[in-house]
Amino acid sequence: MIDGWWTYVVIIVAGFVATDFWRWLGVLFGNRLREDSEALYWVKAVATALVMAVTAKLIVFPTGTLAASPLWLRLAAAGIGFAVFLATGRRIAVGVLVPIAILVVGLWWIGF
Amino acid sequence: MQEIDDNSGRASSWFFAGMRGILSLPALILMTSYIGFSAFALEAGLTRWQAVFMTLSIWALPAQMILVGSMLSGAHIAASFLAVTLSSIRMMPMVASIMPEMRTSRTPVWLLLFVSHFIAITSWVFALQNLRKVPKEHRLAYFSGFCVTLTLTNSVLVGIGYGLVSSFPPIIAGALFMLTPVYFLSSIWRSAQQTVVRIAFIIGVVMGPVMAYLAPGFDLLYAGIGGGTVAYLIDRRRRRSLAHPAGGAA
Repeated sequence: MIDGWWTYVVIIVAGFVATDFWRWLGVLFGNRLREDSEALYWVKAVATALVMAVTAKLIVFPTGTLAASPLWLRLAAAGIGFAVFLATGRRIAVGVLVPIAILVVGLWWIGF
Repeated sequence: MQEIDDNSGRASSWFFAGMRGILSLPALILMTSYIGFSAFALEAGLTRWQAVFMTLSIWALPAQMILVGSMLSGAHIAASFLAVTLSSIRMMPMVASIMPEMRTSRTPVWLLLFVSHFIAITSWVFALQNLRKVPKEHRLAYFSGFCVTLTLTNSVLVGIGYGLVSSFPPIIAGALFMLTPVYFLSSIWRSAQQTVVRIAFIIGVVMGPVMAYLAPGFDLLYAGIGGGTVAYLIDRRRRRSLAHPAGGAA
């Protein structure tokens, strides 16, 4: 698709530097945070909100094969699965297997 | 996990103990996602070594998908940089939030900078779930054992998987793609010890898609920094009203 060496330059600059820059800032910033400080509460809240926003986007706006599946099915699989996970003692295996089972059965049902 | 003395020579035992995490459910789920990435890289026209190099050097699946997508669309390197760096801002609070648990007064900063490269969502969740069980002075060795092994294993898998699985049947491909988000939902909720994390969890889940619809491109900034700050303020108010049940002072 693109010349070989240029692709490596793009990966290093637009991939490695663009990502590790934030990791390094995280180390320098995190080194100044004390355990159980107010600032650490805030940092944990921001990190969690960011990760969950990414996660929810994977379900609502997926790329690849799932993009062609109906939104209601993905929401039902994730929502019902999470409710069952909460109701049955919060076992991670339940939280993973129930939504996947609902999704697979649903996709099969609609002839995906 | 067996008790090990606090002798300084035991760091390698803790490193190996961390390596065993590679056989855990989250590590296996991530591996299936990376097999999916190798199929995507092949489809996009990357070579085997470019796909492996990308996995080793970036080590963040969303950033890798965005970079490949952006290269496919013929974007300028600066535009690719911007798209990737926006998606990777989350690394800063993620890394920062586990530093206080991992470093001791004697931990060299260069070592933390090196290990930080291997932190992504799966290893962050691993840290939330497991670091508390390990004596503080051994946490960095234990965590490094897990996350370095995880990165190397997945890089090898991308190399092996490249060309091996060109495409899955649609239902299997869909189920593989769904594994990652539903795993994050249940594991992050389960590892949430503090109320502030649960509030941020709920706000993030709702704001992520809503902001992606309203403000594409900057959605993660709004959902993350905005949503996280709102969660923090709600929790602070809750903690203060618990400390002063009579109410009054805010």
